[in-house]
Amino acid sequence: MSESLTLQGVHTHIGRYHILQGVDFDAPGGHTTMLLGRNGAGKTTCLRTIMGLWKASRGAIRLGSAPIANLPASAVARSGVAYVPETMAVFSDLSVRENLLLAAREGPLDEARLQWIFGFFPALKKFWLSRAGSLSGGQKQMVSIARAIVEPHRLLLIDEPTKGLAPAIVSGLIDCLKEIKRGGVTILLVEQNFRVAREVGDFVRVMDNGRIVYAGAMAELAEDPQLQARLLGLSLDSHQ
Amino acid sequence: MSAIDVGAALPRAKIEILPALTPLIVAAIAAPFIGSWSTFATLTLAGLAMGMMIFTMASGLTLAFGMMDVLNFGHGAFISLGAYVATLVFLPLAAWAQADSLMLNFAVFGLALIAAVVVTGAFGFVFERVLIVPVYGQHLKQILVTLGGSIVVEQLLYALFGPEQIPISPPASFNGSFVFGEAAIEKYRVVAMGVGLAVFVAQIVVLNRTRIGLLIRAGVENREMVEALGYRIDRLFVGVFMAGSALAGLGGVLWALYRGQVHASMGGELLVLVFIVIIIGGLGSVGGCFTGAILVALIANYAGFLAPKLALVSNILAMVVVLLWRPRGLYPVSGR
Repeated sequence: MSESLTLQGVHTHIGRYHILQGVDFDAPGGHTTMLLGRNGAGKTTCLRTIMGLWKASRGAIRLGSAPIANLPASAVARSGVAYVPETMAVFSDLSVRENLLLAAREGPLDEARLQWIFGFFPALKKFWLSRAGSLSGGQKQMVSIARAIVEPHRLLLIDEPTKGLAPAIVSGLIDCLKEIKRGGVTILLVEQNFRVAREVGDFVRVMDNGRIVYAGAMAELAEDPQLQARLLGLSLDSHQ
Repeated sequence: MSAIDVGAALPRAKIEILPALTPLIVAAIAAPFIGSWSTFATLTLAGLAMGMMIFTMASGLTLAFGMMDVLNFGHGAFISLGAYVATLVFLPLAAWAQADSLMLNFAVFGLALIAAVVVTGAFGFVFERVLIVPVYGQHLKQILVTLGGSIVVEQLLYALFGPEQIPISPPASFNGSFVFGEAAIEKYRVVAMGVGLAVFVAQIVVLNRTRIGLLIRAGVENREMVEALGYRIDRLFVGVFMAGSALAGLGGVLWALYRGQVHASMGGELLVLVFIVIIIGGLGSVGGCFTGAILVALIANYAGFLAPKLALVSNILAMVVVLLWRPRGLYPVSGR
Protein backbone atom coordinates (compact mmCIF):
# COMPACT_ATOMS: atom_id res chain seq x y z
CA MET A 1 0.00 0.00 0.00
CA SER A 2 1.33 3.45 -0.88
CA GLU A 3 2.09 5.71 2.01
CA SER A 4 2.29 9.47 2.27
CA LEU A 5 5.20 11.45 3.59
CA THR A 6 4.30 14.34 5.90
CA LEU A 7 6.51 17.09 7.26
CA GLN A 8 5.21 19.42 9.97
CA GLY A 9 7.15 22.44 11.17
CA VAL A 10 10.54 20.93 10.41
CA HIS A 11 13.56 23.02 11.34
CA THR A 12 17.15 22.05 10.60
CA HIS A 13 20.29 23.80 11.78
CA ILE A 14 23.67 23.07 10.25
CA GLY A 15 26.27 24.54 12.51
CA ARG A 16 25.11 28.08 13.19
CA TYR A 17 23.02 28.25 10.03
CA HIS A 18 19.25 27.87 10.28
CA ILE A 19 18.50 26.16 6.96
CA LEU A 20 14.99 24.70 7.23
CA GLN A 21 12.74 27.20 8.96
CA GLY A 22 9.50 25.35 9.55
CA VAL A 23 8.87 23.18 6.52
CA ASP A 24 5.30 21.90 6.16
CA PHE A 25 4.21 19.71 3.27
CA ASP A 26 3.03 16.29 2.32
CA ALA A 27 3.94 13.97 -0.53
CA PRO A 28 0.83 11.88 -1.29
CA GLY A 29 1.31 8.12 -1.40
CA GLY A 30 1.90 6.50 -4.78
CA HIS A 31 2.52 9.83 -6.49
CA THR A 32 5.52 11.85 -7.54
CA THR A 33 5.93 15.13 -5.71
CA MET A 34 8.38 17.64 -7.09
CA LEU A 35 10.37 19.80 -4.71
CA LEU A 36 11.40 22.90 -6.64
CA GLY A 37 13.22 26.08 -5.74
CA ARG A 38 16.33 28.07 -6.39
CA ASN A 39 19.81 26.96 -5.35
CA GLY A 40 20.22 27.26 -1.62
CA ALA A 41 16.47 27.20 -0.93
CA GLY A 42 16.90 24.14 1.29
CA LYS A 43 15.75 21.31 -1.01
CA THR A 44 18.76 19.06 -0.48
CA THR A 45 18.74 19.80 3.24
CA CYS A 46 15.09 18.83 3.29
CA LEU A 47 15.82 15.46 1.66
CA ARG A 48 18.80 14.81 3.92
CA THR A 49 16.74 15.68 6.98
CA ILE A 50 14.01 13.25 5.93
CA MET A 51 16.69 10.60 5.34
CA GLY A 52 18.15 11.19 8.82
CA LEU A 53 21.51 12.37 7.50
CA TRP A 54 20.93 15.70 9.24
CA LYS A 55 19.00 16.05 12.46
CA ALA A 56 15.80 18.07 12.56
CA SER A 57 16.07 20.46 15.46
CA ARG A 58 12.27 20.69 15.62
CA GLY A 59 9.18 19.32 13.90
CA ALA A 60 7.68 16.02 12.87
CA ILE A 61 8.31 13.78 9.87
CA ARG A 62 5.98 10.83 9.22
CA LEU A 63 5.94 8.07 6.65
CA GLY A 64 2.37 6.81 6.72
CA SER A 65 1.64 6.98 10.44
CA ALA A 66 5.18 6.12 11.57
CA PRO A 67 7.34 8.98 12.89
CA ILE A 68 10.79 8.93 11.28
CA ALA A 69 12.19 12.31 12.36
CA ASN A 70 15.63 12.08 13.91
CA LEU A 71 15.95 8.34 13.47
CA PRO A 72 19.44 7.35 12.35
CA ALA A 73 19.73 7.15 8.56
CA SER A 74 20.06 3.36 8.76
CA ALA A 75 16.74 3.11 10.61
CA VAL A 76 15.05 5.45 8.11
CA ALA A 77 16.36 3.26 5.28
CA ARG A 78 15.12 0.12 7.02
CA SER A 79 11.68 1.69 7.36
CA GLY A 80 11.46 1.62 3.56
CA VAL A 81 13.11 4.81 2.36
CA ALA A 82 15.70 4.86 -0.44
CA TYR A 83 17.87 7.86 -1.22
CA VAL A 84 19.57 8.92 -4.44
CA PRO A 85 21.87 11.84 -3.51
CA GLU A 86 22.77 14.69 -5.82
CA THR A 87 26.37 13.42 -5.89
CA MET A 88 25.11 9.92 -6.85
CA ALA A 89 27.51 8.51 -4.22
CA VAL A 90 28.23 5.29 -6.07
CA PHE A 91 31.01 3.29 -4.48
CA SER A 92 33.73 3.88 -7.07
CA ASP A 93 36.03 1.07 -5.96
CA LEU A 94 33.22 -1.48 -6.07
CA SER A 95 31.85 -3.06 -9.23
CA VAL A 96 28.33 -2.31 -10.48
CA ARG A 97 27.31 -5.75 -9.18
CA GLU A 98 28.80 -5.07 -5.76
CA ASN A 99 27.06 -1.68 -5.56
CA LEU A 100 23.70 -3.36 -6.13
CA LEU A 101 24.56 -6.31 -3.90
CA LEU A 102 25.11 -3.94 -0.98
CA ALA A 103 21.78 -2.28 -1.62
CA ALA A 104 19.99 -5.65 -1.53
CA ARG A 105 20.02 -5.74 2.25
CA GLU A 106 17.55 -8.57 2.60
CA GLY A 107 19.68 -11.14 0.83
CA PRO A 108 20.76 -12.14 -2.67
CA LEU A 109 19.75 -10.09 -5.68
CA ASP A 110 16.29 -10.91 -7.01
CA GLU A 111 16.84 -12.08 -10.59
CA ALA A 112 13.43 -10.95 -11.87
CA ARG A 113 13.83 -7.49 -10.36
CA LEU A 114 17.32 -7.28 -11.78
CA GLN A 115 15.99 -8.02 -15.26
CA TRP A 116 13.35 -5.31 -14.71
CA ILE A 117 16.15 -2.86 -13.88
CA PHE A 118 18.23 -3.98 -16.86
CA GLY A 119 15.16 -3.19 -18.97
CA PHE A 120 15.62 0.48 -18.05
CA PHE A 121 19.38 0.48 -17.94
CA PRO A 122 20.92 -2.09 -20.33
CA ALA A 123 24.31 -0.44 -19.80
CA LEU A 124 24.36 -1.81 -16.25
CA LYS A 125 24.16 -5.37 -17.58
CA LYS A 126 26.97 -4.63 -19.99
CA PHE A 127 29.22 -3.22 -17.28
CA TRP A 128 28.04 -5.51 -14.51
CA LEU A 129 31.53 -6.40 -13.36
CA SER A 130 33.22 -3.08 -14.15
CA ARG A 131 34.39 -0.72 -11.42
CA ALA A 132 31.67 1.86 -10.86
CA GLY A 133 34.36 4.54 -10.71
CA SER A 134 35.23 3.91 -14.35
CA LEU A 135 31.70 4.65 -15.59
CA SER A 136 30.53 7.89 -17.17
CA GLY A 137 28.34 10.36 -15.25
CA GLY A 138 25.13 9.04 -16.84
CA GLN A 139 26.06 5.44 -16.11
CA LYS A 140 26.85 6.32 -12.50
CA GLN A 141 23.43 7.92 -12.19
CA MET A 142 21.91 4.66 -13.44
CA VAL A 143 23.83 2.73 -10.78
CA SER A 144 22.65 5.17 -8.15
CA ILE A 145 18.99 4.86 -9.18
CA ALA A 146 19.25 1.09 -9.69
CA ARG A 147 20.66 0.81 -6.18
CA ALA A 148 17.61 2.62 -4.84
CA ILE A 149 15.13 0.34 -6.62
CA VAL A 150 16.91 -3.01 -6.40
CA GLU A 151 14.63 -3.77 -3.47
CA PRO A 152 11.04 -2.56 -3.12
CA HIS A 153 10.75 0.63 -1.05
CA ARG A 154 7.87 2.74 0.21
CA LEU A 155 9.48 6.11 -0.45
CA LEU A 156 12.14 7.23 -2.92
CA LEU A 157 14.04 10.47 -2.26
CA ILE A 158 15.84 11.56 -5.41
CA ASP A 159 18.02 14.65 -5.59
CA GLU A 160 18.51 16.20 -9.04
CA PRO A 161 18.88 13.00 -11.05
CA THR A 162 19.13 14.78 -14.40
CA LYS A 163 21.86 17.23 -13.42
CA GLY A 164 24.57 17.30 -16.08
CA LEU A 165 23.05 14.46 -18.12
CA ALA A 166 22.60 14.37 -21.89
CA PRO A 167 19.00 14.92 -23.14
CA ALA A 168 18.72 11.32 -24.42
CA ILE A 169 19.52 9.97 -21.00
CA VAL A 170 17.14 12.42 -19.33
CA SER A 171 14.24 11.15 -21.48
CA GLY A 172 15.01 7.59 -20.46
CA LEU A 173 15.18 8.57 -16.82
CA ILE A 174 11.78 10.23 -17.07
CA ASP A 175 10.28 6.95 -18.36
CA CYS A 176 12.04 5.05 -15.62
CA LEU A 177 10.64 7.31 -12.89
CA LYS A 178 7.13 7.01 -14.33
CA GLU A 179 7.44 3.22 -14.31
CA ILE A 180 8.66 3.19 -10.69
CA LYS A 181 5.70 5.34 -9.69
CA ARG A 182 3.30 2.91 -11.38
CA GLY A 183 4.57 0.32 -8.90
CA GLY A 184 2.92 2.36 -6.12
CA VAL A 185 6.08 3.93 -4.74
CA THR A 186 5.86 7.42 -3.26
CA ILE A 187 8.52 9.64 -4.86
CA LEU A 188 9.88 12.96 -3.64
CA LEU A 189 12.01 14.42 -6.37
CA VAL A 190 14.21 17.51 -6.27
CA GLU A 191 14.64 18.86 -9.76
CA GLN A 192 15.88 22.08 -11.34
CA ASN A 193 14.78 21.14 -14.84
CA PHE A 194 11.19 22.34 -15.18
CA ARG A 195 10.55 20.19 -18.27
CA VAL A 196 11.39 17.09 -16.28
CA ALA A 197 9.33 18.31 -13.34
CA ARG A 198 6.33 18.89 -15.58
CA GLU A 199 6.56 15.46 -17.18
CA VAL A 200 7.13 13.44 -14.04
CA GLY A 201 5.44 15.34 -11.24
CA ASP A 202 1.90 14.88 -9.95
CA PHE A 203 2.28 17.48 -7.22
CA VAL A 204 4.68 20.33 -6.67
CA ARG A 205 6.09 22.03 -3.59
CA VAL A 206 8.21 25.12 -4.05
CA MET A 207 10.76 26.08 -1.44
CA ASP A 208 12.37 29.39 -0.75
CA ASN A 209 14.55 30.43 2.17
CA GLY A 210 13.94 27.21 4.03
CA ARG A 211 10.13 27.29 3.78
CA ILE A 212 7.46 25.95 1.47
CA VAL A 213 6.07 28.92 -0.46
CA TYR A 214 3.75 27.04 -2.81
CA ALA A 215 2.00 23.66 -2.74
CA GLY A 216 -0.34 22.40 -5.42
CA ALA A 217 -0.87 20.09 -8.37
CA MET A 218 1.88 20.00 -10.99
CA ALA A 219 -0.66 20.32 -13.80
CA GLU A 220 -1.95 23.53 -12.22
CA LEU A 221 1.53 25.05 -12.17
CA ALA A 222 2.38 23.73 -15.63
CA GLU A 223 -0.71 25.34 -17.16
CA ASP A 224 -0.34 28.68 -15.45
CA PRO A 225 2.55 30.71 -16.90
CA GLN A 226 1.75 33.58 -14.56
CA LEU A 227 2.04 31.34 -11.54
CA GLN A 228 5.29 29.95 -12.91
CA ALA A 229 6.59 33.45 -13.49
CA ARG A 230 5.53 34.52 -10.02
CA LEU A 231 7.21 31.56 -8.37
CA LEU A 232 10.28 31.69 -10.52
CA GLY A 233 10.36 35.45 -10.19
CA LEU A 234 10.10 35.16 -6.43
CA SER A 235 13.00 32.78 -6.43
CA LEU A 236 15.00 34.87 -8.79
CA ASP A 237 14.46 38.02 -6.78
CA SER A 238 15.49 36.29 -3.61
CA HIS A 239 18.53 34.91 -5.35
CA GLN A 240 19.59 38.37 -6.38
CA MET B 1 9.09 1.58 -20.96
CA SER B 2 12.08 2.89 -22.86
CA ALA B 3 15.55 1.67 -22.22
CA ILE B 4 18.51 3.92 -21.68
CA ASP B 5 21.70 2.60 -23.15
CA VAL B 6 24.71 4.79 -22.91
CA GLY B 7 27.10 1.91 -22.76
CA ALA B 8 29.55 3.10 -25.36
CA ALA B 9 31.56 5.52 -23.30
CA LEU B 10 33.22 3.26 -20.76
CA PRO B 11 36.89 4.10 -20.41
CA ARG B 12 39.26 1.20 -19.80
CA ALA B 13 40.01 0.65 -16.14
CA LYS B 14 43.61 1.49 -15.41
CA ILE B 15 45.54 -1.39 -13.93
CA GLU B 16 48.01 0.00 -11.43
CA ILE B 17 50.90 -2.44 -11.47
CA LEU B 18 53.80 -0.05 -10.98
CA PRO B 19 53.16 0.78 -7.29
CA ALA B 20 53.11 -2.94 -6.46
CA LEU B 21 56.45 -3.33 -8.20
CA THR B 22 58.22 -0.67 -6.12
CA PRO B 23 59.72 -3.20 -3.65
CA LEU B 24 61.11 -5.15 -6.62
CA ILE B 25 62.50 -1.98 -8.16
CA VAL B 26 64.16 -1.01 -4.85
CA ALA B 27 65.64 -4.53 -4.57
CA ALA B 28 66.93 -4.36 -8.14
CA ILE B 29 68.57 -0.98 -7.49
CA ALA B 30 70.12 -2.14 -4.20
CA ALA B 31 71.45 -5.49 -5.49
CA PRO B 32 74.50 -4.18 -7.44
CA PHE B 33 75.54 -1.95 -4.52
CA ILE B 34 75.35 -4.81 -2.03
CA GLY B 35 77.48 -6.96 -4.32
CA SER B 36 77.35 -10.32 -2.59
CA TRP B 37 74.38 -12.46 -3.66
CA SER B 38 74.15 -14.22 -0.29
CA THR B 39 74.12 -10.92 1.64
CA PHE B 40 71.52 -9.52 -0.72
CA ALA B 41 69.31 -12.61 -0.29
CA THR B 42 69.68 -12.55 3.50
CA LEU B 43 68.85 -8.83 3.67
CA THR B 44 65.90 -9.24 1.32
CA LEU B 45 64.37 -12.21 3.16
CA ALA B 46 64.87 -10.45 6.50
CA GLY B 47 63.24 -7.36 5.02
CA LEU B 48 60.27 -9.37 3.79
CA ALA B 49 59.77 -10.87 7.26
CA MET B 50 60.05 -7.46 8.90
CA GLY B 51 57.65 -6.02 6.32
CA MET B 52 55.05 -8.70 7.07
CA MET B 53 55.24 -7.93 10.79
CA ILE B 54 54.88 -4.19 10.17
CA PHE B 55 51.98 -4.88 7.80
CA THR B 56 50.23 -6.94 10.49
CA MET B 57 50.49 -4.03 12.92
CA ALA B 58 49.62 -1.33 10.39
CA SER B 59 46.77 -2.90 8.41
CA GLY B 60 44.26 -2.46 11.22
CA LEU B 61 45.14 1.21 11.55
CA THR B 62 44.77 1.91 7.84
CA LEU B 63 41.31 0.33 7.76
CA ALA B 64 40.21 2.15 10.90
CA PHE B 65 41.52 5.44 9.59
CA GLY B 66 40.16 4.89 6.09
CA MET B 67 36.72 3.94 7.24
CA MET B 68 36.21 5.78 10.50
CA ASP B 69 38.38 8.82 9.77
CA VAL B 70 39.87 8.36 13.22
CA LEU B 71 43.44 9.39 13.92
CA ASN B 72 44.28 6.76 16.50
CA PHE B 73 47.57 7.73 18.09
CA GLY B 74 46.85 5.04 20.69
CA HIS B 75 47.41 2.23 18.18
CA GLY B 76 50.86 1.62 19.67
CA ALA B 77 49.27 0.74 23.02
CA PHE B 78 47.63 -2.29 21.42
CA ILE B 79 50.99 -3.42 20.05
CA SER B 80 52.54 -3.24 23.53
CA LEU B 81 49.52 -4.88 25.13
CA GLY B 82 49.67 -7.80 22.67
CA ALA B 83 53.35 -8.28 23.46
CA TYR B 84 52.69 -8.35 27.22
CA VAL B 85 49.88 -10.85 26.75
CA ALA B 86 52.41 -13.04 24.90
CA THR B 87 54.74 -12.94 27.90
CA LEU B 88 51.84 -13.98 30.15
CA VAL B 89 51.38 -17.05 27.93
CA PHE B 90 55.06 -17.80 27.39
CA LEU B 91 56.20 -17.52 31.03
CA PRO B 92 53.97 -20.21 32.56
CA LEU B 93 54.34 -22.38 29.47
CA ALA B 94 58.12 -22.00 29.24
CA ALA B 95 58.52 -25.79 29.38
CA TRP B 96 56.34 -26.17 26.27
CA ALA B 97 58.16 -23.35 24.51
CA GLN B 98 61.56 -24.94 25.12
CA ALA B 99 60.42 -28.58 24.64
CA ASP B 100 61.89 -30.58 21.81
CA SER B 101 58.46 -30.90 20.23
CA LEU B 102 57.29 -28.96 17.22
CA MET B 103 53.68 -29.50 18.25
CA LEU B 104 54.14 -28.08 21.77
CA ASN B 105 56.18 -25.20 20.37
CA PHE B 106 53.45 -24.31 17.90
CA ALA B 107 50.81 -24.76 20.62
CA VAL B 108 52.37 -22.16 22.89
CA PHE B 109 52.97 -19.83 19.94
CA GLY B 110 49.38 -20.28 18.77
CA LEU B 111 48.02 -19.73 22.26
CA ALA B 112 50.01 -16.52 22.59
CA LEU B 113 48.65 -15.25 19.26
CA ILE B 114 45.06 -16.18 20.14
CA ALA B 115 45.29 -14.68 23.64
CA ALA B 116 46.77 -11.44 22.25
CA VAL B 117 44.06 -11.20 19.58
CA VAL B 118 41.25 -11.78 22.10
CA VAL B 119 42.60 -9.39 24.76
CA THR B 120 43.55 -6.55 22.40
CA GLY B 121 40.30 -6.98 20.43
CA ALA B 122 38.28 -6.69 23.64
CA PHE B 123 40.39 -3.76 24.79
CA GLY B 124 39.80 -2.16 21.39
CA PHE B 125 36.05 -2.38 22.02
CA VAL B 126 36.39 -0.52 25.33
CA PHE B 127 38.84 2.02 23.84
CA GLU B 128 36.47 2.80 20.95
CA ARG B 129 33.35 3.10 23.12
CA VAL B 130 34.98 5.19 25.86
CA LEU B 131 37.55 7.33 24.05
CA ILE B 132 36.76 7.40 20.34
CA VAL B 133 32.95 7.71 20.26
CA PRO B 134 32.88 11.17 21.92
CA VAL B 135 35.39 12.59 19.43
CA TYR B 136 34.20 11.26 16.07
CA GLY B 137 34.78 13.90 13.40
CA GLN B 138 37.13 15.97 15.58
CA HIS B 139 40.69 15.23 14.52
CA LEU B 140 42.49 17.43 17.02
CA LYS B 141 40.58 15.94 19.94
CA GLN B 142 41.16 12.46 18.53
CA ILE B 143 44.91 13.01 18.57
CA LEU B 144 44.83 14.34 22.13
CA VAL B 145 42.46 11.72 23.50
CA THR B 146 44.06 8.69 21.84
CA LEU B 147 47.57 9.89 22.70
CA GLY B 148 46.39 10.36 26.28
CA GLY B 149 44.84 6.90 26.23
CA SER B 150 48.09 5.34 25.02
CA ILE B 151 50.05 7.11 27.79
CA VAL B 152 47.62 5.73 30.37
CA VAL B 153 47.95 2.21 28.95
CA GLU B 154 51.75 2.50 28.82
CA GLN B 155 51.93 3.66 32.45
CA LEU B 156 49.53 0.92 33.53
CA LEU B 157 51.78 -1.64 31.86
CA TYR B 158 54.79 -0.17 33.69
CA ALA B 159 52.86 -0.30 36.96
CA LEU B 160 51.74 -3.89 36.43
CA PHE B 161 54.90 -5.40 34.93
CA GLY B 162 57.63 -3.05 36.13
CA PRO B 163 59.90 -0.76 34.15
CA GLU B 164 62.42 -3.44 33.15
CA GLN B 165 62.45 -5.01 29.72
CA ILE B 166 61.03 -8.53 29.86
CA PRO B 167 63.05 -11.02 27.81
CA ILE B 168 61.06 -13.37 25.60
CA SER B 169 62.35 -15.81 23.04
CA PRO B 170 60.62 -17.74 20.30
CA PRO B 171 59.86 -21.43 20.88
CA ALA B 172 62.85 -23.75 20.54
CA SER B 173 61.89 -25.05 17.08
CA PHE B 174 61.91 -21.48 15.72
CA ASN B 175 65.56 -20.93 16.71
CA GLY B 176 68.35 -21.40 14.20
CA SER B 177 68.32 -20.65 10.50
CA PHE B 178 67.44 -22.15 7.17
CA VAL B 179 70.45 -22.02 4.88
CA PHE B 180 70.04 -21.67 1.11
CA GLY B 181 73.50 -21.87 -0.41
CA GLU B 182 75.39 -19.05 1.25
CA ALA B 183 72.23 -17.19 2.30
CA ALA B 184 70.67 -17.77 5.68
CA ILE B 185 67.33 -16.78 7.15
CA GLU B 186 66.27 -17.26 10.73
CA LYS B 187 63.49 -19.81 11.12
CA TYR B 188 61.45 -17.42 13.25
CA ARG B 189 61.44 -14.86 10.44
CA VAL B 190 59.97 -17.49 8.12
CA VAL B 191 57.23 -18.16 10.69
CA ALA B 192 56.56 -14.42 11.06
CA MET B 193 56.47 -14.12 7.28
CA GLY B 194 53.94 -16.95 7.14
CA VAL B 195 51.70 -15.35 9.77
CA GLY B 196 51.91 -11.95 8.03
CA LEU B 197 51.10 -13.50 4.67
CA ALA B 198 48.16 -15.41 6.18
CA VAL B 199 46.84 -12.15 7.68
CA PHE B 200 47.16 -10.43 4.29
CA VAL B 201 45.41 -13.25 2.40
CA ALA B 202 42.66 -13.42 5.03
CA GLN B 203 42.06 -9.68 4.75
CA ILE B 204 41.96 -9.79 0.97
CA VAL B 205 39.50 -12.72 1.04
CA VAL B 206 37.27 -11.06 3.65
CA LEU B 207 37.33 -7.70 1.88
CA ASN B 208 36.63 -9.11 -1.58
CA ARG B 209 34.53 -12.20 -1.00
CA THR B 210 32.21 -11.41 1.88
CA ARG B 211 29.36 -8.96 2.47
CA ILE B 212 31.08 -7.58 5.55
CA GLY B 213 34.15 -6.94 3.39
CA LEU B 214 31.99 -5.15 0.82
CA LEU B 215 30.58 -3.00 3.59
CA ILE B 216 34.04 -2.14 4.87
CA ARG B 217 35.27 -1.22 1.40
CA ALA B 218 32.16 0.86 0.79
CA GLY B 219 32.45 2.44 4.24
CA VAL B 220 36.04 3.49 3.60
CA GLU B 221 34.77 5.36 0.55
CA ASN B 222 31.48 6.81 1.75
CA ARG B 223 30.29 6.09 5.29
CA GLU B 224 27.16 8.18 4.91
CA MET B 225 25.88 6.26 1.90
CA VAL B 226 26.46 2.93 3.63
CA GLU B 227 24.25 4.18 6.45
CA ALA B 228 21.67 5.46 3.95
CA LEU B 229 21.48 1.93 2.56
CA GLY B 230 20.28 0.75 5.96
CA TYR B 231 23.45 -0.53 7.61
CA ARG B 232 24.42 0.34 11.17
CA ILE B 233 27.75 2.02 10.47
CA ASP B 234 28.45 2.43 14.19
CA ARG B 235 28.46 -1.36 14.64
CA LEU B 236 30.69 -1.73 11.61
CA PHE B 237 33.04 0.88 13.12
CA VAL B 238 33.29 -1.03 16.38
CA GLY B 239 33.94 -4.27 14.51
CA VAL B 240 36.64 -2.73 12.33
CA PHE B 241 38.25 -1.01 15.29
CA MET B 242 38.29 -4.25 17.28
CA ALA B 243 39.77 -6.13 14.33
CA GLY B 244 42.40 -3.40 13.88
CA SER B 245 43.27 -3.54 17.58
CA ALA B 246 43.49 -7.34 17.46
CA LEU B 247 45.83 -7.16 14.45
CA ALA B 248 48.01 -4.67 16.32
CA GLY B 249 48.14 -7.10 19.23
CA LEU B 250 49.03 -9.94 16.88
CA GLY B 251 51.79 -7.84 15.36
CA GLY B 252 52.98 -6.96 18.86
CA VAL B 253 53.48 -10.66 19.64
CA LEU B 254 55.41 -11.23 16.41
CA TRP B 255 57.55 -8.15 16.97
CA ALA B 256 58.29 -8.97 20.63
CA LEU B 257 59.48 -12.48 19.73
CA TYR B 258 61.54 -11.03 16.87
CA ARG B 259 63.25 -8.47 19.14
CA GLY B 260 63.45 -10.88 22.09
CA GLN B 261 62.14 -8.37 24.58
CA VAL B 262 59.00 -6.61 25.69
CA HIS B 263 58.65 -3.13 27.15
CA ALA B 264 55.72 -0.79 27.58
CA SER B 265 56.93 1.87 25.15
CA MET B 266 57.62 -0.52 22.25
CA GLY B 267 54.26 0.22 20.63
CA GLY B 268 54.79 3.96 20.83
CA GLU B 269 58.24 3.59 19.27
CA LEU B 270 56.76 1.63 16.36
CA LEU B 271 53.89 4.04 15.79
CA VAL B 272 55.87 6.45 13.60
CA LEU B 273 56.90 3.55 11.35
CA VAL B 274 53.30 2.33 11.22
CA PHE B 275 52.04 5.78 10.20
CA ILE B 276 54.73 6.07 7.54
CA VAL B 277 53.63 2.73 6.10
CA ILE B 278 49.94 3.58 5.93
CA ILE B 279 50.65 7.00 4.42
CA ILE B 280 52.94 5.46 1.79
CA GLY B 281 50.34 2.78 1.05
CA GLY B 282 47.40 5.19 0.76
CA LEU B 283 45.08 5.66 3.73
CA GLY B 284 42.45 2.95 3.87
CA SER B 285 44.13 0.62 1.37
CA VAL B 286 45.10 -2.84 2.63
CA GLY B 287 47.00 -3.66 -0.57
CA GLY B 288 48.81 -0.34 -0.36
CA CYS B 289 49.65 -0.98 3.29
CA PHE B 290 51.11 -4.37 2.35
CA THR B 291 53.25 -2.89 -0.43
CA GLY B 292 54.26 0.04 1.76
CA ALA B 293 55.31 -2.22 4.64
CA ILE B 294 57.49 -4.40 2.40
CA LEU B 295 58.97 -1.31 0.73
CA VAL B 296 59.81 0.40 4.03
CA ALA B 297 61.31 -2.76 5.54
CA LEU B 298 63.47 -3.50 2.48
CA ILE B 299 64.72 0.08 2.32
CA ALA B 300 65.53 0.02 6.05
CA ASN B 301 67.48 -3.23 5.67
CA TYR B 302 69.39 -2.20 2.55
CA ALA B 303 70.15 1.25 3.97
CA GLY B 304 71.27 -0.29 7.28
CA PHE B 305 73.80 -2.36 5.38
CA LEU B 306 74.94 0.16 2.77
CA ALA B 307 74.83 3.40 4.75
CA PRO B 308 74.04 2.81 8.42
CA LYS B 309 73.77 6.54 9.16
CA LEU B 310 71.18 6.91 6.41
CA ALA B 311 69.11 4.06 7.87
CA LEU B 312 67.77 6.40 10.56
CA VAL B 313 66.06 8.62 8.01
CA SER B 314 65.50 6.11 5.21
CA ASN B 315 61.80 5.64 6.02
CA ILE B 316 61.11 9.37 6.01
CA LEU B 317 63.01 9.74 2.74
CA ALA B 318 61.05 6.85 1.24
CA MET B 319 57.80 8.54 2.27
CA VAL B 320 58.89 11.86 0.78
CA VAL B 321 59.83 10.24 -2.53
CA VAL B 322 56.60 8.23 -2.72
CA LEU B 323 54.44 11.24 -1.89
CA LEU B 324 56.24 13.38 -4.47
CA TRP B 325 55.43 10.69 -7.03
CA ARG B 326 51.93 9.83 -5.76
CA PRO B 327 50.65 12.46 -3.30
CA ARG B 328 47.84 10.22 -2.00
CA GLY B 329 50.00 7.15 -1.56
CA LEU B 330 50.70 4.07 -3.66
CA TYR B 331 47.07 2.90 -3.79
CA PRO B 332 44.78 5.80 -2.90
CA VAL B 333 41.22 4.89 -1.97
CA SER B 334 38.50 6.72 -3.90
CA GLY B 335 36.59 9.32 -1.96
CA ARG B 336 39.32 9.93 0.62
